[in-house]
Parts: sequence; structure tokens; C-alpha cells
Amino acid sequence: MTTNLNQADEIRARIEADSSSRIVVSFYWGTALIWLTIATLAGLISSAKLHSPGFLGDIEWLTFGRIRPVHWDAAIYGFGGLAASGTLLWLQARLCQVQLPFKHWLIAGGTIFNLGMLCGVVSVLAGYSTGVETLEFPVWAMTMLVIPYVIIVVANFTMYARKKTKHTYVSQWYLMAVTVWFPVLVLSAEACINFGAVDGVAQAIANWWYGHNVVGLFATPAGIAAAYYLIPKVIGKPIHSYHLSLLGFWTNAIFYNWAGTHHLTGGPLPAWTITIGVVGSMMMFIPVITIGINHHMTMVGSFHLLRTSPTLRFAVMGSMMYTVSSFQGSLEALRSHQEVTHFTHYTIGHVHLGMYGFFAPLMFAMMYYAMPRLMRQEWSSARLIRIHFWCTLIGTALYGAAMCFAGVKQGLMMNDPAIPFLKIVSFTIPFLWLRTLAGLILLAGTVAFLINFGRMLMRYKVTFADPTLFTTERNWDALLASGKEEKPA
Amino acid sequence: MSRTLFLALGIFLTIAASVTGLVILPNWQFQALKPVAKSGGLLYPEQYFGDNKRGREEYIAQGCIYCHSQQVRMKGYGADIRRGWGNRRSVPRDYIFDFPHQLGTMRTGPDLASIGARQPSRDWHSLHLYDPQITSPGSIMPSFYYLFEEVKKGMPPPEGSVKLPDAAKNHADVGYIVPKERGSNLIAYLKRLNQSFPLPEAQQ
Repeated sequence: MTTNLNQADEIRARIEADSSSRIVVSFYWGTALIWLTIATLAGLISSAKLHSPGFLGDIEWLTFGRIRPVHWDAAIYGFGGLAASGTLLWLQARLCQVQLPFKHWLIAGGTIFNLGMLCGVVSVLAGYSTGVETLEFPVWAMTMLVIPYVIIVVANFTMYARKKTKHTYVSQWYLMAVTVWFPVLVLSAEACINFGAVDGVAQAIANWWYGHNVVGLFATPAGIAAAYYLIPKVIGKPIHSYHLSLLGFWTNAIFYNWAGTHHLTGGPLPAWTITIGVVGSMMMFIPVITIGINHHMTMVGSFHLLRTSPTLRFAVMGSMMYTVSSFQGSLEALRSHQEVTHFTHYTIGHVHLGMYGFFAPLMFAMMYYAMPRLMRQEWSSARLIRIHFWCTLIGTALYGAAMCFAGVKQGLMMNDPAIPFLKIVSFTIPFLWLRTLAGLILLAGTVAFLINFGRMLMRYKVTFADPTLFTTERNWDALLASGKEEKPA
Repeated sequence: MSRTLFLALGIFLTIAASVTGLVILPNWQFQALKPVAKSGGLLYPEQYFGDNKRGREEYIAQGCIYCHSQQVRMKGYGADIRRGWGNRRSVPRDYIFDFPHQLGTMRTGPDLASIGARQPSRDWHSLHLYDPQITSPGSIMPSFYYLFEEVKKGMPPPEGSVKLPDAAKNHADVGYIVPKERGSNLIAYLKRLNQSFPLPEAQQ
């Protein structure tokens, strides 16, 4: 990043940008973590209900068909929406070297968003779901999630217009994409599905165009923006290749859009709609390989820093899982693959590898990096960070392995009409137990993070001023090599 | 600034293209679909009305879609037809009155596109929804007992009640169950789910 400012001015601008976004960003991230906890709890309850259907069976509000959509909506909108928005605001202010504008409006927006989430969740639990997957919240509650976005989009463009740097960093392309895509996505999907502009099975296509893109055009670009920022920042080296970044960005933008219809393979739709989805998914190999190579080549020679830096560990886990889960997703779109794994737990495993293996760790990395700079205080406990990391890694791996294996077997059994359906159900039960175990591990990690995060917000007394790293003795060499030049005084 | 504009416009165009291709175009293609004439002056498919319409709302409120699909895949792709989930593949015309669609993406439970043809009995649906273990031991479907009135053993059976089999576990003191209005709507909807009418385009 070349700038027209000298180094000292640059650092001052960065500190000013950070202190301007302190309240807004910690509010967004703090509430994001609360929604992540709610989502994880709802997921655990859903998971337990599948192997023990009597669990909490007396409460209509917690029946599987209600708590399960609450789990996903809380994860994608509550955690995903707020974590990505916080990332967007903090990163854009920093990269533009400007102060965060419209702070009061953004706080109001965050409050409306949280209230909208609460209303949406209660509506679904009470049985007022719209019945459209991923758009379960009633339209009025969904509107409460979109209104804050207007403010976020305006703030984003304002910062961009005021930016003091000459160049636009690759993360900023992705942030720009998030702000343009998310409102268009939600508004088109709501207009077409819940306002009934689209009929019959065309609705299903619109539904999965949305359902796939809310992950691909919202969570994914936010995650990649974080990776592009954090990896070079922590290891103190520039991104491997500008041209690969460019290729990765535009191919991702063009192809991801079209991939969603593979969620309907084999369904009552004309073949061309599915074929488009398959082609889009296959073409996704280009951005995924490009971005993977770019991040990997940047990391080469710096892998030893994974021992010390929490931020880097989460960021690298996220980037690697981006490649893994995207490869898996592309292959999954093939008709021969879908014949077996569609309608099974395999898909559920894949979603978790993407959301909890790729997106969430990058958001965690962002928070681990930015919060000490926002609050001018270090994380109180390296042990809690370590617990969080290992729980995230082991929980996700166990979840993905159990569900993907069970899913393939389940699909093969389902395609053999000689096997009675209930036999397939009983085959999956041990794996459903494993999933509950994985969920418990993930919950433990989330709670560890929540404690560390809460302590920081409450100004829990820390006796040290240097960054909290994984090594027991505070290693200044690693610290300097990690390029944390703006260590709080 | 022109580069910024290029970036923002490019980003917008990518999504505008997919909205056109995947939302607007398919809708044009399907808008012309109309019901076809069945024997006896009836049409297929029919609009939902009365109890089956309210039952559809109950199906949505209970979130059945998270475990049950409503689509039969074609012969040779999966084993849907051989499992008896339908006698033909599903086609777009089957769904012209489905709002919102309930195609589903999960088969933790079996497909329900033609459950009405497979299980036409009101009693079976009542027992199954009240406690799936009665009709399908080992099922992991939740019990929807709150959609039913329970009648103690020894009490006279009210009209429309269904007798619990004596072997029913966990319900030692219950003699009969009667679907409440919501339960009876849901059963009406499930009984109506039937794609067995041979639509010409589904025969290819």
C-alpha cells in the first residue's frame, strides 16, 4: 500500500480511524457473538432432537421445524450480518484512513437490526414463519434487517469518497461488493417470493438463487476481505500477486451468482436452470484456486508464525477451509454427486465446513486483531484464545467428517429401494450423536471467546501492554516479525 | 473516481445478470402454465381451499419442510419412484398453486409429494402425527401431540376419535385421540398431497 502520507501520519490516521469506530464496531461484534451463541444453542437443541426426538418435546415453540430455521437465521443474519458489518466498517475506515462517519446512525441501525432479529426469531418460534427457507422471518422483521443496511451502505460509500489513500486495496473491492450485493439480494428475493411476484417452481429457483448467494455474495466476500487484509498484515509481507487478486475477484463475482440452482438438482425444473447452476459451480474452481494460491504463496515462509499469532491461526484456518469447502461445494453440484448426497446430511456437513470452517474463523481473526486496537487493551487470556481455537478446529472437523460420511452412506442407502427407510434412519443415529458432541465442542469455544470478549469490554484489568500471543514467554522477536508496529502505548 | 464507478457498476451488473437469468426468465417460462382437465369436469391441479389450505399453513408453521421434500425425481435418477414415493416424476405444473413453494431439500423423513395417495387413511395420519412411534417404530419425527385432544381410557369415544392401539407405549391412560382443528387441517392437507394424475409432460 503506497500512500501520499509519510509513515508517522499514516499511523496517526490509522489510530484516529480506530478510535472513531470503537463504539460502533464493538457494539456490532459484541451482539454478533451473542447471536452466535444463540445460533449454536439452537443448533444443539435441533441436533439433540434428531437422535432423541423426545428432548424438549413438550414445547411447541421448540419443535424441530421451528428451532432448526432459528439456528440458521441466527447464524447467517445475526452472527454473519453483524460480524461482517462490523468488519466492513472497521476495515473500510482503516483502509481509507478516514474517521467512521454517521456514528449515531450506525448505532441506531445496529439496534434496529438486533430488534429485527429478535422479532424474526420469536415469530418463527411462534409459528409465523413465511415457510421459505432462509427467508423465514416475516417481511416486516426482514425489513428491520435491511433498513440498517441503507445506513451502512451510505457510510461505506462516504468513507470511500473521502479516502486519503490513492490506491484501492483488494479487501476494499470485496467490501464494496458486500454493500452492493446484500441489499439487491434481499430486496429482489423478498419482492419475488414473499410478495408473490414469482409463481410456483420459479419461486424455488428464486429461493435458492437467494439462499446460495446470501452465503456466496455476503458471507464469502466479507471473509475473503478479512483474509486479504489480515494475512499480509500479520506476517508483514505484501499479497503475492495483484493480478491473481484481480482475477479471483471478478471470476468470483461473475460465477458465484449462478451457482444456486444446484440446490434443486433432480427437482421439477427445466434442465437448463440446473445446468446453469452446475456450470456456475464448476467455474467457481477458477476464483477458488486463484484465491487459494494467492493466500498460500503469501504465507509461504511465514508458517512458523502460526505458533504465536492467534489472529494468523484463525485467518489461515479460514483461508484453508475456504479452499476445501469450495472444492467440496463445486463437486457437490455435479448431477452424479447430487443423485446420492442431495437430501442428505452431507449438505449440512458442507454448510458447516463453509460457515464454521471458513467464514467464522475469519471473523474471529478480525476481532482478535482489531479489538485490542479499538479498545487499546490486550486480550486478558491466551488460554481462552487457545481453547477457542482448538474447539473451533476440532468441532468443525468432527462435524464435517461425521455428517459428510453419514450423508454419503445415507444417500446410497436411500437410492437402494430394498432398504427400508427406517433402517436408514437408525443407521444415521450414531452420527447424529457425534454431531451433538461436535456442537458441544463448538459451544465451549464460543463461550471461551465470549468470556474474553466480555472481559475486554468491561475493561478487565490486564497487567501487560504487549499483545497476547500463544507462546508462554512473551517473544519480542516474533512480535516484531509479526509487524505489529502500532502496539498500544 | 472513474475506477470506483467501474467497480461499483461491475459489481452491480454481475448480480443484475443473475437476477434476470434465474429469477425473471424462469418466471416468464412458467407463467403460462394452467391446470389441465381431469375426468368429471375437474381440474388438476386444484387451488387449495378450506381445511387443506389452512392445513398447508400448519405444515409451514410446524416446519415440516426441514425434514420432508415434496418432489419426486425422475426414473433412473435416485430411487424415488421405486421407493413408491410417486408413480411419475414431478413437473412444474404440479406446483402452480403452491405459494410459498415447499419443495424442500432434506429427506430426514420420506418424500411427501404423494403422501395422500400412499397413506389415504385419516386414522393412520392421526396416530402418526400424535406419536410416530405407534405407526413407525424407530422414527425420529417429533410427536405433534399438541394437535390432538386426548380421551382417557374408559371414557366414551367422542365423534371423530381414533382409538389408540393397546400396544401403544407411553400412552397407558389414553384410550382415544381426537384431532383438534389444527390437526385435522394438517391431515386434510397431507391427504390431498397427490401427484398421481398422469400429466402428459411427465410421461416422457
